[in-house]
Amino acid sequence: MEVARYWRTTKQRYELVGETCPNCNMKIFPPRDVCPNCQQLAKTPQAFSGSGEVYSFSTIHNAPEGFEKYAPYTVALVRLSEGPLITAQLTDVDDQDVYVGMPVEMVTRALREDGERGMIVYGYKFRPAFGVAGASSQAVAVDVRAPQAAGQREVVIAG
Amino acid sequence: MRDVSIIGIGQTAVGEHWEKSLRMLAYEALDAATRDAKIERVDALYVGNMLSGELTKQEHLGALIADFAGLRGIEAMKIEAACGSAGAAFRVGYAMVAGGMQDVVAVMGVEKMTDQEASLTTSALAMAADAEYEALQGLSFVGINALLMRRYMHEHGYKKEDFAQFAINAHANAVNNPNAMFRSAITAKQFADAKPIAEPINLLDSSPIADGAACVILAPTAMAKEFTDKAIRVRASAVATDTVAVHDRRDPLYLEGGAISAQKAYAQAGIGPWDLDLFEVHDAFTIMSALSLEAAGFAPRGKGVALALDGQIGIGGRMPITTMGGLKARGHPVGATGMYQIVEVVLQLRGEAGANQVRDARLGMAQNIGGSGATVVTTILERI
Repeated sequence: MEVARYWRTTKQRYELVGETCPNCNMKIFPPRDVCPNCQQLAKTPQAFSGSGEVYSFSTIHNAPEGFEKYAPYTVALVRLSEGPLITAQLTDVDDQDVYVGMPVEMVTRALREDGERGMIVYGYKFRPAFGVAGASSQAVAVDVRAPQAAGQREVVIAG
Repeated sequence: MRDVSIIGIGQTAVGEHWEKSLRMLAYEALDAATRDAKIERVDALYVGNMLSGELTKQEHLGALIADFAGLRGIEAMKIEAACGSAGAAFRVGYAMVAGGMQDVVAVMGVEKMTDQEASLTTSALAMAADAEYEALQGLSFVGINALLMRRYMHEHGYKKEDFAQFAINAHANAVNNPNAMFRSAITAKQFADAKPIAEPINLLDSSPIADGAACVILAPTAMAKEFTDKAIRVRASAVATDTVAVHDRRDPLYLEGGAISAQKAYAQAGIGPWDLDLFEVHDAFTIMSALSLEAAGFAPRGKGVALALDGQIGIGGRMPITTMGGLKARGHPVGATGMYQIVEVVLQLRGEAGANQVRDARLGMAQNIGGSGATVVTTILERI
């Protein structure tokens, strides 16, 4: 991923910042500035809570370039509690334990690495919400490169 | 607007053509189509292609193919709409002839996919999706369809095996298509045992990547008789769009672009879905067959799979689909697929479909889909 493109999209990737439409009140993620519901200008920022539930999921065996070393991994459509659907990987959970409707919460993790010397791309993934069956002890096995809290942007570009 | 007809068709076999370059495949299809139309020159060439830049490091296909096909000087350009590229190229060529800008036009689709490593081809295909919010999450194009299939099964209560009939029908029809990639029948057991690609999608739910090129020649219907006595008339040509990202859809299980595109086409032709004799559906994955049949008005929501389970999609069924093997078994050279679909409908309407001939076929429809439903091109053809 290119540095400028990475920088442009940090707010949505680290903090799930989307938009809300001042006209029809639609909650929008990812941000697009024009409301997909009423086509009016919608630039009011809206930070999403990061809680939601699994709408659908799949396990990827044949990974695209840049993701081969992570395969197999589980991707999902997550219905955020504020309304929008979001595409993201699931983490800290065995794919056998995932089910449609499973409550999940957003975490920040490494998404991909652009080779030995390239950038490590961080962004949102979702894990089983606290207290949900399947949110096992794996949940503490956090990728050591992940920033501890949103906003620590200086740590995310490596190499 | 002028009435437009197809006066010639050409196609290469679909498969792994390691010995042939992209430009050679394109020339073969164009040459076959011009011979079929008994013409020597066309006024313009519109090329549908999705991945030449990424996989062959070659763009600028309009001029390149025109030159290498001996047509230097003519108007030529490439049209791109992901897997809907060839359908979109047809649409542009149709508009040019209908609008009186050109008289005799070649429209083709060409794709060269098998030179590259699978992981590069997989990430190239993911360019049909949203790069920043789908592909960046590691979602492959197969994965997108898997998300749709899982949700469809969840909402409508189907099992994986229920989708088998789409693949079995496609393979059975490809047996009799000399240009198909997989000319072998498959069984329900083979489908059930197939290796997973992105659960719940397995290998036999999925169309194969391939090389291939297909081409048709368009002319005003009033002029068509000068060239051929087997012209096939274009009754409708329509394009509609939807969101590129599945997560942005109002309802991911409803192909809104497919429904709008089909409705526009039915309105142009003045017909309803059941007036058609066959439907070349964009069966990139079995789930897309089900969603397309529903969006095009052949089945209510959640009943597309039931149509296949009831045995209604075969050659002798109520609505034959993928009559020459479809994307699944004829093969899916992505940017060329839409033109193969149109060529196959023409074969049916001319009565040249051999063992797969739909009896007395008069009206046929092809629907070419870009991405997971973001661009949908619908074409209805009629035997004159």
